[in-house]
Formats: sequence, C-alpha cells, structure tokens
Amino acid sequence: MTYEVVIGVEVHAQLRTKSKLFCGCGTQFGLTANSQTCPLCLGLPGTLPVINRAAVEMAVRAGLALNCTIAGNNLFARKNYFYPDLPKGYQISQYEEPICEHGWIEIVSADGKPRRVRIRRAHLEEDAGKSVHVVGANGSRVDLNRAGTPLLEIVTEPDLRSADEVVAYLKGLRDVLMYLEVCDGNMDEGSFRCEPNLSLRPVGQKEFGTKVELKNINSFKFVKDAIEYEIKRQTKVLSEGGKINQETRLWNLDRGETAVMRSKEEAHDYRYFPDPDLVPLKLDKEWIEGCRKQVTELPVARLQRFVSEFALSEYDAGVLTASRAVADYFETAVKLFSQPKTVSNWVMGELTRELNNSGTDASVSPVSPERLVSLLQLVEQGTISLKVAREIFPEVYSSGKTPEQIVQEQGLVQVSDEGALGQIIIDVLAKNPSQVTQFKEGKQQVLGFLVGQVMKSSGGKANPGKVNELLKKKLG
Amino acid sequence: MSIHKLTLYELHKKFTAGEVTATEIVRAYGLRIGQVESKVKAYITQTKDSVMAQASALDASLKGWRKTAPMMGMPLAIKDNICTEGVTTTCASRMLGNFVPPYDATVIAKLRQQGYLLLGKTNLDEFAMGSSTENSAFGPSRNPWNLHCVPGGSSGGSAAAVAADECAAALGSDTGGSIRQPAAFCGVVGLKPTYGRVSRYGLIAFASSLDQIGPITKDVTDAAFLLGAIAGHDPLDSTSADVPVPDYMKALKKKDLKRLKVGVPAEFFAEGLDPDVEQAVRAAIEELKALGCTIKEIQLPRTDAAVATYYVIATAEASSNLARYDGVKFGLRAKETKDLLDLYMKTRQEGFGPEVKRRIMLGTYVLSAGYYDTYYGKAQAVRTLIRQDFDAAFHDVDLIVTPVTPTPAFQFGAKSEDPLQMYLSDIFTISVNLAGVPAISLPCGFSQTGLPIGLQLIGRPFEEDTLLRAAYAYEQSTQWRMKKPVIR
Repeated sequence: MTYEVVIGVEVHAQLRTKSKLFCGCGTQFGLTANSQTCPLCLGLPGTLPVINRAAVEMAVRAGLALNCTIAGNNLFARKNYFYPDLPKGYQISQYEEPICEHGWIEIVSADGKPRRVRIRRAHLEEDAGKSVHVVGANGSRVDLNRAGTPLLEIVTEPDLRSADEVVAYLKGLRDVLMYLEVCDGNMDEGSFRCEPNLSLRPVGQKEFGTKVELKNINSFKFVKDAIEYEIKRQTKVLSEGGKINQETRLWNLDRGETAVMRSKEEAHDYRYFPDPDLVPLKLDKEWIEGCRKQVTELPVARLQRFVSEFALSEYDAGVLTASRAVADYFETAVKLFSQPKTVSNWVMGELTRELNNSGTDASVSPVSPERLVSLLQLVEQGTISLKVAREIFPEVYSSGKTPEQIVQEQGLVQVSDEGALGQIIIDVLAKNPSQVTQFKEGKQQVLGFLVGQVMKSSGGKANPGKVNELLKKKLG
Repeated sequence: MSIHKLTLYELHKKFTAGEVTATEIVRAYGLRIGQVESKVKAYITQTKDSVMAQASALDASLKGWRKTAPMMGMPLAIKDNICTEGVTTTCASRMLGNFVPPYDATVIAKLRQQGYLLLGKTNLDEFAMGSSTENSAFGPSRNPWNLHCVPGGSSGGSAAAVAADECAAALGSDTGGSIRQPAAFCGVVGLKPTYGRVSRYGLIAFASSLDQIGPITKDVTDAAFLLGAIAGHDPLDSTSADVPVPDYMKALKKKDLKRLKVGVPAEFFAEGLDPDVEQAVRAAIEELKALGCTIKEIQLPRTDAAVATYYVIATAEASSNLARYDGVKFGLRAKETKDLLDLYMKTRQEGFGPEVKRRIMLGTYVLSAGYYDTYYGKAQAVRTLIRQDFDAAFHDVDLIVTPVTPTPAFQFGAKSEDPLQMYLSDIFTISVNLAGVPAISLPCGFSQTGLPIGLQLIGRPFEEDTLLRAAYAYEQSTQWRMKKPVIR
C-alpha cells in the first residue's frame, strides 16, 4: 500500500521587542544567567502582568502579513504545568480567541507551482526560562533571562505533504517575519523554533492517521531529516500491520532518528482558563488598520516588482530583496540615480562587501544611499574613472569623508584635457616605436596596449575614452 | 491623652497640629501592644526597632513645620499577605515563612510615600483562606471582645488589632468577606472597595478576580480617610480601574439621606439567621428610615447559588495562583528530596496547611479536562447572573442593607472540623465579591452574649462615597462605636 503523509507545523517565533511580554525586563540573548529578571518574571508572589503594546503590534503585523483575521477581543489564558523553568507554575498564553486566525501563506511546492498553506491561528504567549544541567554538578540550574519573552506561536492546518514542502513553508514564513522586523529568525538562538506533526494515511483515504509530534529541531536540515526519518519509520510500522502511537518524539541528531519523549497518556492536562490578572485586550478596527499600513511589501512581491519596474534579473532582484534593509537602500538610491543596473551592481558588490566585512546592517550603513549616488555621479560626469571609484569606495566607507573630498585630496580627478593628454601620448609613442609600426601595418589590437601605457603614465587619471580617441587621431 | 484610644483621623489632626510626635505615637502603641498582644495575638511580625527609627527620622525631618500628607506619622498594621519591602511577608504560611519581598505593594508604596509608620504585619488564615484565622500556620488570633471566640477571617489579625487599639487602623484584603466578616466579629468598620478601586499589585493572590484590599478602622471617618490614601488607578495592575477617586472625607459631610433608596433583600433574612443578629439589623434598617432613607424590599434571587459559585471560581484561581510555591525559587524548599517530583511533593506537603491543600485540590479538579464546563464554565455563567441580580437591584435602589454574618463570632473549634459550615459563615458577603461591588461592614449592636454585630451596606460600583455617607450618618446617630472591648 502507498501512503500519503499529512503534516502540520507549529512555529514559535520570538518577537523582536525591547522588553518582555508582561514586564520591563530586556530580551537580549546570552547575558549572565538571571541578570535580566525582575520580581514579575521571577514569579514572585503579588506581582501582576501588564501586556507589552509593542508585542501586540508585532503580532498584528505578522497576522496581517499572513492574511489572518485579527481578533478585536483578545483573551489571555493560563496554561498550567509544573516545571522548574516556569516561574509561576503556569504560562500566560492564548487559548480561546487568539489574536490571529484563518490566514494563509503562499509557498512554492515541489512541482514549482505556488501553493497556499493555511494558517489556523497565531497567538501571543510568554516563553519559559531555561534549565541548565551541568555534568557533575549537584542538581540543575535555572536561568530565567528568557522567561517572559514574547513569542508568536503560528500553527498551520495539516496542509503540507512532504519534508520539502515543510522546509519551503518554514523558509517562507521566516522570510516574512524577518522582513516585517518582528522576528530576527535566528534558529541557533531559538528565535525561530519549529515543531512539525505528521501522520500517514493510505492514498485516497480522507480520515487522518494517528499524529506524532516532533521536537528538538533547530535547523532546516534537521527538519527535513527528521520528517523523512519519521515517514520511513511510520511507513514501516504500518506496512507491517502495526499501529502508530499518538506521542511526542525527539529528534536525536547524533543517531539520526526520532525517539519517544512522551506518550499520549503522559500528556499534561494544562487546565487552561482565562487569566484573571489580565482584562480582555480590545483592538479597535482603526488601530488594526493603522498596523496594516506598517505591513510593508513582502519579499516575494517586492522581488517581482524589482524585476518589472527596474528590469533587473530574477537573481539580482532576489539578492536585493532578501533583506529589507538592502532593498530599502537600493530603492532610495535608485530614486536619486536612475540606472538600476549600475546601482544594483554597486549595492550587491562594493557595498555588500564592506557591510559584511564590518558586520553592519544596510539600514545603518556609514555610506548612505545619497553618498553612494554622489560617487556614481562623479563617474557619470567623467570626473573620475570607474576604476578610481571602485578603489576609493572602502575609504568612502570607513573615513566618513565624501567622495568629492577624497577625490580632491588625492588629486584623482580624471584628465580629459587634450593638451595634457597629447604630451603624454607623444612620449608613449616615442618610447614604443615597434608597436606604432605594428599598428600601422594593420595590427589593431596594439591600440589597447598603447592606451594602457598612456593610462599608466597618467597615474590612472587619464580618461580612457579620450585617450582612445586621441591615439587613433595621432596614428591615423 | 491616651494616644492609642484616638481614631486615625483624630490622631492625624493632632499630629498635623504638632500636638504629638511620631516618636510619641510609636512609643504609645509599643506600650499598648505590650499590654494586650499576648492575649490577642494579632500580629505575625512586629517591626518594633525599625518603626522607632522610622518615627525618629520623621520627627527630625519635620522639625518646626508640618506636612499634611494624610498618613504621615500614622501607625498602621498591614495584613501579612500584602508585600512590604524588607519586611517578612508570610501569608500565615510555612511556605513563605522566610519570604522577604524585594518590593512594596502599590498600597504600601503609597503609604510609604506619605510617611506612614508600619507597626507590623497581622495574622490571617493561610493565604487568606478561611473565616477565623484558625488556618494560620502561626496560630489563631483572638477576638478582643471574648478571647474564646475567633476574630473572624481571613483578616482576623487586622480586625483584632484595630479593636484592641493595637494600631490606629489596618489594611485587610477581602476575597469573599475577609474584611467585612472579621470587622463585624470585632466590632470595627471594614470596607471592601469596588473590584479595581484599589491596586492589587503586591497583594499575594488568593483568587485574582475577587481579591481586593481595603481599610479596617475604628470608625467610618477613618475608613473614608484611609481609603482615600490607597485608592486609584495603578498601571502595574491591569485590572485596576481608571476611574477618578472622589474626596471621601467630603462625602461624609452630606449627612442628609433623604434621597437615598435602600433595598432589603428577603434572601438575606432567611432561616439560620441568629435572632440577635436579625433584631440588630432590623433595628438598623429602622434607623436608616428615620434618617430619611426610603426602604424597599428587593430580590437577589441567585443568593443561594453564591457560595457554590464562589468555591468553584475562587479555588480554580487559587490552584493556579499557588502553583508558584514549588520550592524552586523562593520560600520553603523541602530537604533531602530525591528528584524533581519529590521536591515538588514534599515542599508542597510541608509548606501548605490542610485548608490550602483542600482548595488547591478542589480548584485543580474543577479546571481539569472533562470537568471544566460542568464546574468552572457553569460557575462563570452563574457569576454573571449574580452580577445581573445586583445590576437590576441597583436600578431601583441606591444601597442594599443586609447582615454581615448569620451569627456573631463563634468559639474556637466550633466550625474548624467542618469546612462546609465554615464556608457558609460567608454566605452574606460572598455575592458582593462575585458582583465586584463595594460594601462596608459597621457595628450595629451586640448579641446577648456581648459580642458585636455587623451591618452590611452594599453600593453601586465605584460609589464608595455613597456607601460611606450612609454609614457615617448611621454611625453618628447611634452609640455603638463608643463601646470598647475589655481584654481579659
């Protein structure tokens, strides 16, 4: 019998707020344990949560970008369970009436066609802390720096049919969230965590099979490996007439297989109920519309627009739109200098190289789009050569000086004056009589050599076009 | 002048006029506490040394001039479930026996800003769960009127301290009657404000949707005075209401009650009501009539469902609120545990008393899968109906008058073996919390055995001023407040 796999995915995306979901503590990664805590996120008695407005805005923006309906009336619920890294003994989450529902995202499926993956819901919740198990130490440690950081849990319908589709979905979703600047997408630091659940059913059957949840997957590669392993495992069990147990399984990276973490019987009864410390959060329509205006054009749409509006190749448009800051940079520059291909080359080449070397984001580039354009204009006007422009770019980037200043200071202005160039040409021709003869005998290629010699003795400042023209005249 | 016999407001006037210093106040209360505390046992923690230092500093800073922050120099007692920075806050539980909060509750921050003097932290039923202080891990407080009787609960320590003149006034908290019932048992005034009127930030939660901090005082004026000092919106408490705070002291001056319509709900005068209590309350209603109020019979038909509803909602919330006491981060941690589960079990086994355990189990049960709709969901629905009962009643009347308790203070042990009997002693106070409305308890007579009897006035949301005005007029036209307990 052949089986079809049915997959749904839960993603926990950490929202990029400055402070936690219910208190003023920071959300930085990697600080000294428990340095980023206060009475509230330590769960001290008597403290009360107050919702972070920025987190709500980010959730709404993400929801709108994912084509969701935004709830006007938001309820927060307590999810009750005991764990050392859960300071209050419950997690504040949303259960009934999540902030975002009934959305979709478009992905490209294996056959190359676009396909919609439905988003069932996305809700706000607080993260737990971290238990630290030190080998050889007496007991475990708890770090609550992360406790209370805002998460958006995004849940799909069971719409995915292969590991590749899951990866395509995750990449698309991550791009969107990063583009909206609501999540930094960092999988190593746990800012974007995914938990697929999957079941198998005989092809043609409508009912779903028994579902298994997968955890402990923190890269796209592991997602693919874990799902493919699990499909094989379940196919084998079913083919041999066995039954799939409803359970949660952990991906074991070293062994390349999944293993049972807990069975259905061991599943918690979370005893969800509305959190009486938080009043229903009302979002009025106008406010939601205000958020909609902040939802920028998403990567896929922008890529397509770059191709049609600026006649860029798909590849170039793809590179430029991969980061919102880079795309914004490009567009600002193109408005001032209407040669998209030239601007694109500079942004993807010189600029990106410098940004990468200094680990800087395009949004805070020391060379502003305006300054880059002033450099391009110097080339365009013939004041400097393209070669000089490329050479001085690192200095423009690091010194804070304008291109004009640098050109002036170093005397890099291109020489186009016929008198000055004429003298150099006479010297060059005198020094290279054999080449002159060759040219006159019809060996046209020698011209390049002669131009090079002129450029060389001008210290690179001669205008190559002009040199060409004058040489031809002289030899003619 | 016996400083401890003065009311809070009288003392405030003397302090402001420079007739008494903070040091003198603390010394006077030190003496008084020294005389009676061994009998009353109102306090869990006394702040003797620190409060004297506080008083000296205050006196030194004031020198020739007087500032008039309402609570400056006022010696108060605080229920031990309200967090006080640097002062142990135990909730009368072994679980928090060593807990020193690193922060103040909002009400305490307000009082501290005004320069109040903290005399100590008063006893209560563990985690405010109970009606007699018999559930305190540190032993019960006693009723100053009769040391064989309970002072009521859960704010029994605060009410006993006020009645015994061991403080000028106190703060309590009220989840199902925990301010009003002990105030009634101890013959003092207790006010439960509208839900959201006073910040809950720093009040160690029992049932978040019902808890409210309020004053326990020697008379109605003091209740108005102290409420004004602690009320108001707090951005740290999402459930606190952004409603302006009126001048409660000014409200007292409008003595004329002619336009007030007062409702008497038949359901509160049913079988089981002690005849002394009924007689005293009926007489009080006559007095209100004499003061110009129009008396009207009203219905609160869901009163009989209030206790059941309350014990589902309050325990459900409590089961979750008390999950944080797990031995991991603060408070008690059981010793010699073999693994995580063992740590949880032993810590909670040793840390909580039987009533707290009973309520955690009940609350966990009503929220569990398969029972949620039957219990918690149903209770929420009934709560809405109870609230609607009050809305409808307040359409017709401005105030509702009822007894506070079915009986006067009972003796130790009388109900502690039968939780259900104990729960039923809150039958007249509980629906007020479910509806979120304000209510005041004030003395309206004595039983034949010489125990105080309380009168409850219930008002519309955020109309504490009307409540106080009527209570004040009644108080001034009667002599009950003059009688003081002789502690022996």
